[in-house]
Amino acid sequence: MTADLIARLGKITGPRYVSGAAEERYLYSMDQGTMPPAAPDAVVMPKTTEEVRQIVMLANKLKVPVVPMGAGLVLSGLTRALKGGIVIDMKRMNRIVTVNPASRYVVVEGGASQGMLKAYLDKHHPDLKHSMPDAPPVATLAGNICIHGSGHLSVLGGSHSDMLNGMEVVLPSGEIIRTGSCGVSGGWFSRAPLPDLSGLFLGWSGTTGIVTRLGIKLFPKYRYNDVLIFVAEDPDLMPDMISRLTSVQAAEDMTPWMTPKPDWARGFLHINIAWGGHTKKELIFKRNLLQGSVREYIDRKIAGFLPLPPPQKGRFLKIPSPDLARFADLRRGGGFEYVGAIMAIEHFPDAYRAGLAIAEKFNVAYSLGARIIGAGHAMMFFFAYAFNRADPEDVKRASDALEATNTAALEIGGIPWKAELPAQKQIIEKMDPDTFALMGRIRAVLDPNHIMNPGNWEKD
Amino acid sequence: MQPIQFEPDLCIRCETIDCLTKCQYVSFSGVEEARSEKLKINERRHSRVLEECLTCYACQEYCPYDNNPFYLLVERQEEMGILPAPKPIIEEQLRMMAPKGKIAPQAVTGVVVDMCAFPMLTGCIRGKLFEGAAPVTGMDLFCNIMWLHFAKNSTIRERVPRIIDNIMNCCLGDAPGREMVCFHDECYGTYTSVARAYGIDVPFTPVHLFDYINGRLNVLKDRIKPLNTKIAYQRPCSNRLVPETDKVLDAIFEKIGAERVPRVYDRENALCCGGVPRAQQRDELADSLVEKNIDDMLKTGAAYCVFNCPFCMATLANEVAEQGLMPILVSDLVQIALGE
Ligand SMILES: Cc1cc2nc3c(=O)[nH]c(=O)nc-3n(C[C@H](O)[C@H](O)[C@H](O)COP(=O)(O)OP(=O)(O)OC[C@H]3O[C@@H](n4cnc5c(N)ncnc54)[C@H](O)[C@@H]3O)c2cc1C
Ligand code: SF4
Ligand code: SF4
Repeated sequence: MTADLIARLGKITGPRYVSGAAEERYLYSMDQGTMPPAAPDAVVMPKTTEEVRQIVMLANKLKVPVVPMGAGLVLSGLTRALKGGIVIDMKRMNRIVTVNPASRYVVVEGGASQGMLKAYLDKHHPDLKHSMPDAPPVATLAGNICIHGSGHLSVLGGSHSDMLNGMEVVLPSGEIIRTGSCGVSGGWFSRAPLPDLSGLFLGWSGTTGIVTRLGIKLFPKYRYNDVLIFVAEDPDLMPDMISRLTSVQAAEDMTPWMTPKPDWARGFLHINIAWGGHTKKELIFKRNLLQGSVREYIDRKIAGFLPLPPPQKGRFLKIPSPDLARFADLRRGGGFEYVGAIMAIEHFPDAYRAGLAIAEKFNVAYSLGARIIGAGHAMMFFFAYAFNRADPEDVKRASDALEATNTAALEIGGIPWKAELPAQKQIIEKMDPDTFALMGRIRAVLDPNHIMNPGNWEKD
Repeated sequence: MQPIQFEPDLCIRCETIDCLTKCQYVSFSGVEEARSEKLKINERRHSRVLEECLTCYACQEYCPYDNNPFYLLVERQEEMGILPAPKPIIEEQLRMMAPKGKIAPQAVTGVVVDMCAFPMLTGCIRGKLFEGAAPVTGMDLFCNIMWLHFAKNSTIRERVPRIIDNIMNCCLGDAPGREMVCFHDECYGTYTSVARAYGIDVPFTPVHLFDYINGRLNVLKDRIKPLNTKIAYQRPCSNRLVPETDKVLDAIFEKIGAERVPRVYDRENALCCGGVPRAQQRDELADSLVEKNIDDMLKTGAAYCVFNCPFCMATLANEVAEQGLMPILVSDLVQIALGE
């Protein structure tokens, strides 16, 4: 059966881009996170939307599962083939199709990476940029938007899914649909004013369709950029501090971080604040707004901005930031996973305290932090744990800590983001039953043969 | 703990109150107001100077009687809990800059050059100018004078003796009286002026970088190719503690053919580079100091902006370079003149 599948896939993409080899199946069976491996029967790398369509049609005919995958960097095992089948690796569909500078958007293929788009814009449109996550640059734009990712412009523009203008999607049935303005006008400038079908593919962990094109918002790139690091000690004051800092709407990105390493940082709460300006005057004006917003705390001497001479700022202005990736290999052995939970700003103190308690209980290397989304509208609070993948005890400790963190995040009122399987089940447990039932009905309509990334978003 | 050496009667008899009337950052209606504020400080009463002080170190130089007004001011700030910067900023830096206890005895031969906590500058110790010299550096050798900016005399008292022990045991082979060249004014100021005022024993002989360079230029005089250029000097706060060395710098500039242009903000009237007020959360003041410094330099037609303080250089180098002046350290400028 597998040999037949591989031969038929090879007819679609050419045999070079299909594999059922043990090495490949092994590599595609896991990511850097704690989820146990689950190998596919075959891996295929299509080049066009038409090839994706034919692969899906074939899978439908054979009733073989299909798992869409970008760079497989989600860390929560969402691109593992839980029920075998085909992993569709989208990386060959990596074209930057068009940039519209007037309406500031770009259209890319479903496997285009963050790094490619950044390099392309730097070269061809140096006055434009997109919101980069801190994931390695090979991470795909589609993979990140599909999970409601966030990044360096998230204070300015919200979640990356908020920056989506529309998509071309191959449905499990093989139909090709277009959401947003591109479905009507050919331009990829907005999701309004139509019924917003993009939501059918956002947050669904690849269970509803395969995104082959996306229109994404771009933003002005500033000539001058700067960063401030705000330091405080009292977690209970953080919501108000964040609220004030975001209220002046000057920052592009705001990332609180709390870590026990290096030693000097332990116990302090930091907020990195990045912003830009077309002129130095604008840069300074915005800095004054940001500093003014928290002047009351400064005057009380209970919080303030770390003095950073210009040569020290470079590290904090790097996009993507190297800090999380550095932490990821703290324990060596390449194991790293975090619970990101989307939650309201007022839960910051609870989340912080829960993170400390869990790290202590499970004795894991941790780093806590957050990315503010929108003008203080929400945050992605992360609890990151590094572990040595070669050490089963270390892996066990980290996954126990992750599970406890998911429970805590839900108790606090947050929702685990890009939830791995056990967390999906915890979310479903808390979800309004009618809502979950509707999810099931939608899936059944879109994917009657249940071939799309099965095992995800299921009760049992 | 030994109190700061100062003589209250000197202040009572003082006619000019230079320490405060010359201050560039705190204003007074006249000598009498300055006197009244100074007496409050001396008598442990609250003075607005304790709140408004930029910690520029300059009053230490302005006092004609070496009565340690600045060290006393810092003492009072700490006693009264008047923080020049927010507490977490001070506390976090205290941890960041703490001795690491990692230094081990090293066989250091030749001239020992103390690079303080600036390992990135050890590359400056090269060529004929530093022939046979051995740089030593690291957090275990950090002179800790910066706490004067943060009302932390207690940290100076606690850490400086430890650092001196490290220097003696690990860099100077425990040989009392052995010389150590201080690359940075701050270290020299610590092991001379601060140590004297705080009653800290220094068993080695600190040598200021300028004295070392001046001596080397005598030896290397045949190699000097005069630069015949104009330079603007950015005098650092820590040189206020050892003003006698500024004359040595003049001698160096003369030997290498560098004309120290007369700036409004040089010598006794030197202006802060703008680094410290940022820690004090006074960024707008810092911006204006940067602007004043640079405008002043530009008016002189200088080709170089010369620093002896790595922190001033880090603060101002980009801005200076954007305006067309070449930022450079004293030792690097001298090496250009030596054809290195
Ligand atoms: C060091 C580090 C830092 C990180 N920092 C961030 C950060 O700052 N912000 C952030 O948002 N994330 C971050 N991440 C998490 C993650 O790596 C990124 O979100 C990444 O962008 C995911 O993209 P991917 O291509 O790897 O997606 P994948 O892991 O390949 O896929 C993610 C999900 O999307 C589905 N999917 C992928 N492609 C398609 C498609 N074409 N059509 C339909 N479904 C698809 C998959 O089935 C899966 O469910 C970080 C990860 C690491 C390792
Ligand atoms: S410190 Fe010096 S200048 Fe100031 S009042 Fe006393 S003696 Fe006069
Ligand atoms: S240290 Fe500077 S700012 Fe403070 S009182 Fe002395 S001269 Fe004035």
